[in-house]
Amino acid sequence: MKTSSENRIAYWKQNLRYLLILLAVWFVVSFGFGILLVDELNTIRIGGFKLGFWFAQQGSIYSFVILIFVYVWLMNRLDKKFKVDED
Amino acid sequence: MDVQTWTYIIVGVSFALYIGIALWSRASSTKEFYVAGGHVSPLANGMATAADWMSAASFLSMAGLIAFSGYDGSVYLMGWTGGYVLLALLLAPYLRKFGKFTVPDFIGDRYYSNKARTVAVISALFVSFTYVAGQMRGVGVVFSRFLETDITNGVLIGMAIVFFYAVIGGMKGITYTQVAQYCVLIFAFMVPAIFISIQLTGNPIPQLGFGSNLTGTEMPLLDKLDGLMTELGFTAFTDGSKSTIDVFFITAALMVGTAGLPHVIVRFFTVPKVRDARLSAGYALAFIAILYTTAPAVAAFARTNLMDTVNDKAYDEIPEWFGTWEEAGLLAWSDKNDDGLIQYRPGKLFSEKGPSFQEGKGKYGQRLLNNEIDQSSQNELFIDNDIMVLANPEIAKLPNWVVALVAAGGLAAALSTAAGLLLVISTSVSHDLVKKQLMPDLSDKGELWIARGSAMLAVIVAGYFGINPPDFVAAVVALAFGLAAASFFPAIFLGIFYKRMNKEGAISGMIAGLGITVFYMMRYKLGWIGGPTSSDDWWFGISPEGFGTVGMLINFAVALTVSRFTPAPPKAIEEMVEDIRIPSAG
Repeated sequence: MKTSSENRIAYWKQNLRYLLILLAVWFVVSFGFGILLVDELNTIRIGGFKLGFWFAQQGSIYSFVILIFVYVWLMNRLDKKFKVDED
Repeated sequence: MDVQTWTYIIVGVSFALYIGIALWSRASSTKEFYVAGGHVSPLANGMATAADWMSAASFLSMAGLIAFSGYDGSVYLMGWTGGYVLLALLLAPYLRKFGKFTVPDFIGDRYYSNKARTVAVISALFVSFTYVAGQMRGVGVVFSRFLETDITNGVLIGMAIVFFYAVIGGMKGITYTQVAQYCVLIFAFMVPAIFISIQLTGNPIPQLGFGSNLTGTEMPLLDKLDGLMTELGFTAFTDGSKSTIDVFFITAALMVGTAGLPHVIVRFFTVPKVRDARLSAGYALAFIAILYTTAPAVAAFARTNLMDTVNDKAYDEIPEWFGTWEEAGLLAWSDKNDDGLIQYRPGKLFSEKGPSFQEGKGKYGQRLLNNEIDQSSQNELFIDNDIMVLANPEIAKLPNWVVALVAAGGLAAALSTAAGLLLVISTSVSHDLVKKQLMPDLSDKGELWIARGSAMLAVIVAGYFGINPPDFVAAVVALAFGLAAASFFPAIFLGIFYKRMNKEGAISGMIAGLGITVFYMMRYKLGWIGGPTSSDDWWFGISPEGFGTVGMLINFAVALTVSRFTPAPPKAIEEMVEDIRIPSAG
């Protein structure tokens, strides 16, 4: 089956929507929590960490890893739905 | 057994392993040489990418850098990991679908222009060469410290090893040695970190120990450290001294630069499918994150240990490692107030980058300095950043085999990155210049020989720069990211996400972005244009390290503007873009 052009456009739109959401999270955990809001968050503590500092040196990195795996999962599902997967 | 014997054994075994793998995985075609035949599993590619990415700087210098800069060091942690999100979401899957060999390949084809290809080749060569010289230097430093050879011999040994698997095995050899090197380097990094975490906090996981109480107290480690530091007049570890705008721009430049580095991008050409490219980016970042979340913990442990062991202690009662590292030129002490105690305070001991020692010893047995001592502070101690990872096991009194392991890990990190870069250099020459532009009729065999030849040449040039590092290399390595951010990232991104982008836009964007970034660096970092400058002269308070972000924005702006006023790309190119956006036409 050849992918129709409407199908292609719908696939691409959904892909862009995912990217927008994931990159928004990417921006918030690093540039937001780790840099711009670091002083405000530092007034909150978790264990021996100040929260802003924790995001800058630990939390942002964990979030990045999770983001990529979520992306992998979303895209594999999307590929299947639009029948553009490689199997 | 002493440290040196252990080092010979561990380094020897790891080198034998790399050579064995190289012999087993010889490349027999250009496809194998350039992209390992395109059938590396996502997991193996993830590990190889992690080793490729984590250089001598990540392994040896980063924890030290964070130890001395505290919160400000976050720019490296976030910058060098966050870039993988951009890479995974915006570039890797599409470049894999495009399915050629190199980054200039993509730029040249997408922008239907050999001019664009040439601009990309030049940027790739420039970025890779500055970066690889630092790696060879790193190999030399580790050898000279641990095996008491001089740096030149160390670099030569490193060249011989890299020569073996990069020239013979190409990407295939490199990939599988990188998998082994990842295992060596992560083990070598984690073992001392775990030991020290247990010593200081009783928690075996450094990432958790980082936020735990010190053993036997109710005091969190970070609070203790902040307290120690502010007491002596330092900025607290968890606070920064860089301006927020600068932290923001440096982080962005490192992230975007990471996503634009050709030796990382090219790794995603080696997996079989688009799906694998996405997944292996996830694996790669997970493997990288193990080291990157441990490094700040190591930094805090090391800084705490250092303050406890050294500050206000009498020189003649200091542990033995102090003298060892003085000999190596990575530590120095000058007794400004003549009390025989080591005062560790903010401020510089001398203005030079490193100590130069006189013959003979001072009255406490310390090495005497030739440097003019800076009397403006009470600080009496010089500490090289790199010492934090190298000396950490000794400072924490760990067994000798752990110390030796660190040497093997540092070498693995430096060699794996060097090999990846050398491959980019050799493919840029043999594929993008010779095959695509000068001799299109070249046979696959002929191209393979040229690839080997240029890899060999690149090893020699890299080795030369490792032995005779030009002064500006250290400065430029940090800037390689800015250059990659200002040139490659926008061109590739627009090539995928903006169908209307044409060659005029892309080329002028790359040239504008690169041009302004290079100018800014020459003006404010290297001082080659218009004499000396200070941080007050920076535009909007953005340091040269962070200026790549501005270069990138200018690249985008110029590319988008120029493309509006110039003809749309040919129909075939638009179809190509449609095609790379979808994993399989089904």
